[in-house]
Amino acid sequence: MKRLSIHLLWLSTVALTLSGCAMQPPQAWEKGNLARKEMTMDADPLDQAFTQHVYFSKESASGGSGVGGGGCGCN
Amino acid sequence: MPLQAPNSRRFRIVLTLVLAAGFALSARAIEVGNVAPAFMLKSARGNVDSAALKGKIIYVDFWASWCVPCKQSFPWMNEMQAKYGERGLEVVAINVDAKQVDADKFLAQIPAKFQVAFDAAGDTPKKFGIKAMPSAVIVGADGRVLHVHAGFRDGDKAALEAAIVAALDGLKKR
Repeated sequence: MKRLSIHLLWLSTVALTLSGCAMQPPQAWEKGNLARKEMTMDADPLDQAFTQHVYFSKESASGGSGVGGGGCGCN
Repeated sequence: MPLQAPNSRRFRIVLTLVLAAGFALSARAIEVGNVAPAFMLKSARGNVDSAALKGKIIYVDFWASWCVPCKQSFPWMNEMQAKYGERGLEVVAINVDAKQVDADKFLAQIPAKFQVAFDAAGDTPKKFGIKAMPSAVIVGADGRVLHVHAGFRDGDKAALEAAIVAALDGLKKR
């Protein structure tokens, strides 16, 4: 029983680590396409501002959906 | 059929090696005191060779046309080059755009009065282990890194200028 649990622990560690390496995230200098406007979740800034306003006034939540620009890892 | 835990010792050794290799290959960010990697890149005016700039303080800036803070950093770098160029500062802005056209459009909008080099393949930022855009690395006269900075905000200007001045003061003492 103890042996099996050690094996399970080992297996899950390996699986977790390997899945973490499965997809290499783009490097800082490779984010040109990610920074494009059409890659934002809300393409319409007015609509986004309105949604933000609703969240802020009804739920007093602000800033959760990120800030201007994107993709460069600097904002 | 229940999933069986791998029992063979060789399997475990191989897996450990694979994981170790994965960790070893992930790029290391450059740190103060490291020898800055050499680069030889094409620019609008011929080539930029890091070896030819030895003896100067090099402000290496990594930028891209799609990077919003880079637009703010260019006028500031123009100012720094004008102010400290005589004392031995050389600003080298390395563009990492995949397409040269994008970089040219940016430069037409925001002219650079310092050296601009192009590295579409991204070899130089990889060698420097750059983690953010823009990133600045100040390299001393001996080729060692004196200062590393990620990003560019208005509030960073004073600290960056202080780092440049400190580097130039060190140059004078030699």
